[in-house]
Amino acid sequence: MLAFIIRRVGQSILVLLVVGVVAFSMFNFVGDPIDNMLGQERTAEDIARLREQLGLDRNFFVQYFRFLQEAIQGNFGVSYRQGRPVTQILLERAPATLELAAVSSILAIVFGIALGVFTAIRRDGVLAHVIMSASLIGVSLPTFLIGILLIYVFSVELGWLPSFGRGDVVDLGGWKTGFLTASGLKALILPSITLGLYQMTLIMRLVRSEMLEVLRQDYIRFARARGLKDRTVNFHHALKNTMVPVITVIGLQLGAIIAFAIITETVFQWPGVGLLFINAIQFVDIPVMAAYLMLISVMFVGINLLVDILYFFIDPRLRADRTGGH
Amino acid sequence: MTDMPPDAPIAPPPKSRMRLALESDVFYTFRRSPVAVISALVVLVLVLSSVLAPWIAPTNPFDPSSLNLMNGFTPPMEPNAFTGETFLLGTDDQGRDVFSTILYGMRISLFVGVAAVTFAMILGITLGLISGYVGGWLETIIMRTADVQLTFPSILVAMLIFGIAKGVTPVEYRDQMAIWVLILAIGLSDWVQFARVVRGATLVEKNKEYVQAARLIGRTPGAIMLRHILPNVLSPVLVIATISLALAIIAEATLSFLGVGAPPTQPSLGTLIRIGQGFLFSGEWWILFFPACTLLALALSVNLLGDWLRDALNPRLR
Amino acid sequence: MSKTVLSIRDFCVEIPTRHGIVRPVDGVSYDIHEGEILGVVGESGAGKSMAGNAVIDLLSPPAHVASGEIWLNGQRIDQLKGEAMRKLRGKEIGMVFQDPLTSLNPLLRIGDQLVETMQTHLNLSDSQARKRAVAALEEVGIPGAAERVNSYPHEFSGGMRQRVVIALALCAEPSLIIADEPTTALDVSVQAQIIALLKRLCRERGTAVMLITHDMGVIAEATDRVAVMYAGRLAELGPVEQVLTRPQHPYTHGLMASTPLASAGKDRLHQIPGAMPRLDAVPDGCAFHPRCPRATEVCRRPPPPKVENGLAACWHPLVEEEKVL
Repeated sequence: MLAFIIRRVGQSILVLLVVGVVAFSMFNFVGDPIDNMLGQERTAEDIARLREQLGLDRNFFVQYFRFLQEAIQGNFGVSYRQGRPVTQILLERAPATLELAAVSSILAIVFGIALGVFTAIRRDGVLAHVIMSASLIGVSLPTFLIGILLIYVFSVELGWLPSFGRGDVVDLGGWKTGFLTASGLKALILPSITLGLYQMTLIMRLVRSEMLEVLRQDYIRFARARGLKDRTVNFHHALKNTMVPVITVIGLQLGAIIAFAIITETVFQWPGVGLLFINAIQFVDIPVMAAYLMLISVMFVGINLLVDILYFFIDPRLRADRTGGH
Repeated sequence: MTDMPPDAPIAPPPKSRMRLALESDVFYTFRRSPVAVISALVVLVLVLSSVLAPWIAPTNPFDPSSLNLMNGFTPPMEPNAFTGETFLLGTDDQGRDVFSTILYGMRISLFVGVAAVTFAMILGITLGLISGYVGGWLETIIMRTADVQLTFPSILVAMLIFGIAKGVTPVEYRDQMAIWVLILAIGLSDWVQFARVVRGATLVEKNKEYVQAARLIGRTPGAIMLRHILPNVLSPVLVIATISLALAIIAEATLSFLGVGAPPTQPSLGTLIRIGQGFLFSGEWWILFFPACTLLALALSVNLLGDWLRDALNPRLR
Repeated sequence: MSKTVLSIRDFCVEIPTRHGIVRPVDGVSYDIHEGEILGVVGESGAGKSMAGNAVIDLLSPPAHVASGEIWLNGQRIDQLKGEAMRKLRGKEIGMVFQDPLTSLNPLLRIGDQLVETMQTHLNLSDSQARKRAVAALEEVGIPGAAERVNSYPHEFSGGMRQRVVIALALCAEPSLIIADEPTTALDVSVQAQIIALLKRLCRERGTAVMLITHDMGVIAEATDRVAVMYAGRLAELGPVEQVLTRPQHPYTHGLMASTPLASAGKDRLHQIPGAMPRLDAVPDGCAFHPRCPRATEVCRRPPPPKVENGLAACWHPLVEEEKVL
């Protein structure tokens, strides 16, 4: 098990290094960093000093190494647009995105698994058919349209919920949370449904097809032949086996939720890192783009690693033989 | 008919390709599936009307001389208060006919979608064939790149590529190049699927006798890949291409909606929805509603068609 | 005569298909008594597994019982549904499947699977159930049962897993075991052990066994009586020595002649010409007549006589002195 985890950590680091090359290349080759950083009034001395300071006179690998050193310390330079350190801006906005992503993930996972199991067990039921047809529309419905639709119904027509922003937030030592005020919670409802719905649909369809596959297996027939209760067969035997392949995908979906937050944040003007990233693209604010890329890569890689480790607790076959595959 | 020599041997007329197609299993399941038939019809109508937009559209929304600001905010099917003109789906703030902007917008959406998928397909098939057939370090590089890219949602990859490409494009060309940058970004974010499937199939076909035989008689690797291996992977590629088209259309709409796609001078459906969202609170719902419905119809019908195609070409998959 | 455990009367299973209704089991009747092992033999598709699944009500839809009766220990069970049937499964009827590699849930410890099954049917505390789980594993000959009870299925070999499956099937002490090709997926060297185990346990407990197999060797080794099935119908039913050495039905005769065991010493195996008909194209009259060397006009029209009183379902049974081949 240890060897497996070490190998996976190694792969994760490799992915981060590759992403680092991309981020680093953005800094150095997209536009002239000297131009970008010094603005109009500059002297030849300034340029030379900055070149040396940035190490632009050294070769590629030395520069890349310096970039990595800085990146590990969380230093991604200064936003071209706001003139403030990128890391500071990102940290200010991260809580908004993380809170939104957390609520959406829970919605997506809980309802996705529940509906997937339901439609698998009641495969021929009318309600299951209705849910499956609705889910196909859900897959084709772009996230931003869902958001607009919800705003139209609940903000414009009914006026129940706010259509933009986070509402009132409470500052808990630098972490601004919307969980503690009524308006913060109200403001969370529409964005988190918007963000979670698409992932929920995917999880539901996946759980359903995996569970139908499992329900066809001999060990389920044998469990039924032993007279175990339907509840035991469905939820103890079948669900556990269904979850093994589903967990990987759920892990990927959680990463995707953080990325898809970009869209939801734009629709609802949610002050998180996604909105920051979109603005950075519009204004070609390279340091913000690069830092966002690194931040989100660390999250993805971290989630993937967690999922791999989680496998060990679910699938005994992996614990026994390190070769993996089953 | 009458000038045929009387003693000519009477052979059954060779079946035309059309006939073969009509008698095939795939066409049979197609006719039996109302969902597939309706989706295909919807796709056909939408594609035709966007291709023929210059002839169908009542006005050219990009010709400033045909616009009358007085016509702004005309609701659908109601005569305008000032000019008395009536518009099928109403007009936007600048007096542009919504129906015409949808037709032209769909043109751009479809063009970007089809071009991006074509680009992704060519790139993916080429890299897949090479990595499957040649193998070695080339394969390692290609497939590792694919793995790393798959870790990230393709919409994010597309945004990033769009951002970088925008950065390297000189400011004065940015609007002009936006469509091509969009195609590049969506295409590059979507090649992995094709490459994986083609590589898998190539690895299987590579060792079959007929490929060995072709190699023995001295066919070049290029010819073997194109003439012998490629035809075997066409049906999964077709399925992926159809589903990718739906995804590409949604991706384009999303990027344009976010303001990092098609520029307001060349509005796609996503751009139109972005514009329309601004009027949601003031009551001009039609500026948003009709482009959104068109996008949904397009994405849903292409998706359903892809779903059906997957089942029809590969009954083993669900 | 000992008590009748299972009694099947004139039993039909039907599957509606696009091309009409097919009958994988068509008018089959037999009994199994306490402590008796009945072999059900036939080619694949002859309906032998379908009959077993029907008894325990595990037919996969759209297959369903169309007519006939099933009696278990004097109670009619073919009309039981849902909860009532579930309580019989495992408690009164145990089932052993063909492939031990896929019959056990890979994610659950075998002890937990045993405890779960016993607690479903018997009123046992956790510690009592644990103790009985270990005892059950010991009984089926798993060495070090006390530790192995905490193992996962993948930690056992195929033969050991089939022992676990048998322990699971027997743990609530059912009066009938349906064993569907229990040795087919196993190595030849292990097959005999599993058969011997099944035989011993059933003799000790007086359990009735329906042993479904296509392997004449297993039949000869284990069973007391044999039912031969062909195209969903019963061809012949009788004590094992009689069926093996003095078959009456030409099909049984052909089956015996084509078995390596029976034709040892001969130069080559006998073959029955042709193949068993597809279930949607079973010929009229006796289903076997197109392949039968003894067929006459009468075999084509009316259905052959039913199997009874040790007589085969044939208009022209082989009599003892006769040698056809």
